[in-house]
Amino acid sequence: MGPTGRTARWRAKSTPTPTPLRGSTLPRDVALVCLADGLVGLSFGATAVAGGLPWWVPIAMSLLVFAGGSQIAAVGVTLAGGSPLAAVAAGAVLNTRLFPYGLAVADVVGAPDHADPAGNHDGQRIGGPAVRRWLIRLLGAQIITDESVAFALRQTEPARRRAAFWTCGLSLFGAWNVAVVLGVLAGSVVRNTSAFGLDATFPAVLLALALPALAELRTRVSAGTGAVIAVVLTPVLPAGLPVLAALAGLATGWRQRRRPARSLAEASADPMRAAPSTNSLTGER
Amino acid sequence: MPLLAIVALAAITYAFRIIGPLCRDRVTLSPAATVLFADAAAVLLIALAATSALVNGHDFAGWARPAGVLVAGLLAVRRAPFPVVVLAAACVTALLRLAGVG
Repeated sequence: MGPTGRTARWRAKSTPTPTPLRGSTLPRDVALVCLADGLVGLSFGATAVAGGLPWWVPIAMSLLVFAGGSQIAAVGVTLAGGSPLAAVAAGAVLNTRLFPYGLAVADVVGAPDHADPAGNHDGQRIGGPAVRRWLIRLLGAQIITDESVAFALRQTEPARRRAAFWTCGLSLFGAWNVAVVLGVLAGSVVRNTSAFGLDATFPAVLLALALPALAELRTRVSAGTGAVIAVVLTPVLPAGLPVLAALAGLATGWRQRRRPARSLAEASADPMRAAPSTNSLTGER
Repeated sequence: MPLLAIVALAAITYAFRIIGPLCRDRVTLSPAATVLFADAAAVLLIALAATSALVNGHDFAGWARPAGVLVAGLLAVRRAPFPVVVLAAACVTALLRLAGVG
């Protein structure tokens, strides 16, 4: 990336819509997310092993579960002395968000519709394209993550949505698992991982991922309300449930939707207006 | 944490993942529903970011972590590259802890 790219990025603050750039910067953006999540995976592997879990636990979780938030939650519950059942429950509840994600990206998880001319008669065909479509869909489901969904939702055109989802999902699967193995190795050497601030990397990645989705006022109001609900409920509810309760925030945002279109147009014309709500989310209760 | 627990979590997680793509053939979502689900995803991401920044278990995580996340958030708003955002979060938090901030 030359100086031009850097200038463009910093100027983007005053540029109304940077959308045309997004498709071409996909490989770079995916690589950067993989690097960022790699740091989180590193901290996950290191924290788990430094906390006393066997080396294969974080590695097996990363391959089979492949959902950072629930892995961190489940290991957190276990290290805090919780039962395996409590750990599974915390991770599972956190992963219920994968259900709406799956609906949001359902159109890109399977093979493209035009890939199979026989189209919608899956049930009547045995072998060939129908089976391949099923296998691709089953594989695609495993790489539904916060990141791959966020990348897909940043694109409007179907082909680009598909490319963004698969590129991000597959790259991330590789990067995440390699990073966790490296973290396991590091964690058996370094014991005090919190001294390196590794616990701040996970929320930072989530925040950076969610920002582009906050272009519209409606979404910002929903997310802001939801975050307040989740934080307030966290001390009293079992781990995982407060994040789900945040969905109640949708109601406030969708009331905003009935307001004049002016405010929405204004909001989407300037993505940087996400800033105020972001600060209030991360700064203080 | 036994292997059985990991496999159970993996199976439940995969079930949540596959429901949406499987229902796709039988259910056609209205544009409003599509927008609603996209919004739901954004709400969950931000809620997870907020809780994991502020809370450790059931208690306040201390000031160092949210401060690191806040700096990372500001950098993200200013379109800094993702690794810069993540490293800033870790570095600010680590430096604050070094300085004695909880």
